Amino acid sequence: MAKLLMKGNEAIAEAAIRAGCRYFFGYPITPQNHIPEYMSKRMPQVGGTFLQAESEVSAINMVYGASGAGARVMTSSSGPGISLKQEGISYLVGAQLPCVIVNIMRGGPGLGSIQPSQGDYYQATRGGGHGDYRIPVFAPSSVGEAVTLTQKAFDIADKYRSPVIVLGDGMIGQMMEPVDLPDSTEINSVDKPWAAVGWDGARPRAIINSLYIDPSVLEQHNIMLQEKFAQIESAEIDYGAELVDDADLVIVAYGTVARIARSAIRMARAEGIKAGMIRPVTLWPFPSDPIAKAAETTKAFLTVEMSAGQMIDDVRLAVAGRKPVLFYGRTGGMVPAVRDVLHQIRIAAGAVDPRNPIEEAI
Amino acid sequence: MAVVFQKPKSLTDDILTYCPGCTHGIIHRLVAEAIDDLGVQDKTIGVAPVGCAVFAYNFFAVDMMQAAHGRAPAVATGIKRVHPDNVVFTYQGDGDLASIGMAEIMHAAGRGEKITTIFVNNAIYGMTGGQMAPTTLIGQVTTTSPYGRKEELCGKPIRMSELLAQMDGSTYVARVSVHDPKHVLDAKKAIRKAFETQLSGAGFSMVELLSTCPTNWGMTPSESLKWVASDMIPYYPLGVYKDSAKGAA
Repeated sequence: MAKLLMKGNEAIAEAAIRAGCRYFFGYPITPQNHIPEYMSKRMPQVGGTFLQAESEVSAINMVYGASGAGARVMTSSSGPGISLKQEGISYLVGAQLPCVIVNIMRGGPGLGSIQPSQGDYYQATRGGGHGDYRIPVFAPSSVGEAVTLTQKAFDIADKYRSPVIVLGDGMIGQMMEPVDLPDSTEINSVDKPWAAVGWDGARPRAIINSLYIDPSVLEQHNIMLQEKFAQIESAEIDYGAELVDDADLVIVAYGTVARIARSAIRMARAEGIKAGMIRPVTLWPFPSDPIAKAAETTKAFLTVEMSAGQMIDDVRLAVAGRKPVLFYGRTGGMVPAVRDVLHQIRIAAGAVDPRNPIEEAI
Repeated sequence: MAVVFQKPKSLTDDILTYCPGCTHGIIHRLVAEAIDDLGVQDKTIGVAPVGCAVFAYNFFAVDMMQAAHGRAPAVATGIKRVHPDNVVFTYQGDGDLASIGMAEIMHAAGRGEKITTIFVNNAIYGMTGGQMAPTTLIGQVTTTSPYGRKEELCGKPIRMSELLAQMDGSTYVARVSVHDPKHVLDAKKAIRKAFETQLSGAGFSMVELLSTCPTNWGMTPSESLKWVASDMIPYYPLGVYKDSAKGAA
């Protein structure tokens, strides 16, 4: 099939529809508005439902209802809206309901900015809401990858009965790239005997619930959830490794930043600096093992993020003090330039004095 | 021997967790009877709130979901959009519906969501130990209004039936009480009517039931029933506030 030129947000929406998602509940917030707008146009064409909720809180609870009723369902938002959804996300995890939540990150804290950011890494990878839980987090670094990860997100959500977050940034959401869209999958192809659809008396009554008032029962429920998280950690880690084997410096970056870092690495290599990259595709579960393995051979790590330094914690945990872990980040919606990252690579490689200004030639 | 009285099919055998003298039990029975009478047990999906009725998922013999505090109408919206031919109801208290869930209930009604809400108003937060609700009467003593609710501090109690009847999407809105047998029979008719409204494919329907909380009101069960008649009904007048089949009352 011929490639289509699509905006990231719209590609995510179309990918969801082709993954069999027929219900979307959302609320307007920049920079992800193309997703609900696209859904409002497409859902009626495919017999689905788009409903603009009165709030982010209602949207995620509509997702809870639709998911509990057995449907493939999605919502999307950006940081401030995702914060409002956290109550519902915690309930979705507790009640073991599958769904896909897209966060097209913008600068924060507070109302912040509407420009790209990766400042919601902690929120996404540490659960985000109240209670003791994790959620699979997929971080695309191209529009094409946003399509494949959105589709995979629905499958992983159903496989583990869990919400899955697709964590993009404003750049991924708004830029256009050529994409291959997959064929549509069958609707309702996943058997959900636990769903509330009306009780015929022949099966146990469906009770979608996250309340376990007896602490010993809740602890058992939590142990079961933790076992599920452990299964996800052992089976679902995804990452890319580029030029790592001989690298003296391994950059760790995800999403848009990984692309910027890739260009910087290419230029550094041309200068004789052996730089490589590990690019987490799943932020949770985090690719700790390849980073730990790289720590045996490389001299240092450089984590680059559009935040003040969040993923670096996971990198440090994986490196476990064996090698230096350096950091370069921009915040507030500022996107690091290739020359900035190259400058950091040179500093890390000892090739330039950190007191020197960034060379203007790049 | 003919059976003349028995537990509705749509109630489970679980023992209710409500306090002695609380009218949740009566209301559960009325809801279950309506489901039985209309023959829709196998296609009904209920949504339990946060509050005393949180365990309703154990008591109604239908598929159930438990919702976050105040969010039941949003959850019910999600269910109904997936299963438009099912009967979907929420069962909510006054703290849940009239306070933290005000946005969800107003917009569900505004959209004309084809769901039925059973709204149990006992003018107090029961489960958490008797705090002031938006429905608490002026002068009423609660654990967070120890000197009695003061209008200058908290405003007047909110009348949800009157409010929701104003929404164009509401099709049937009624306030009833269960403080004596006559009113219980009236309540039964209203609940049945609300479910019939949903089955007819019309819009949002709600029955508000004035209910008791002897434990947190500090009254005996019989004193509580009398207080509903003497103090609650004058502020919360009973009646049908919206019936689109007949026009507004």
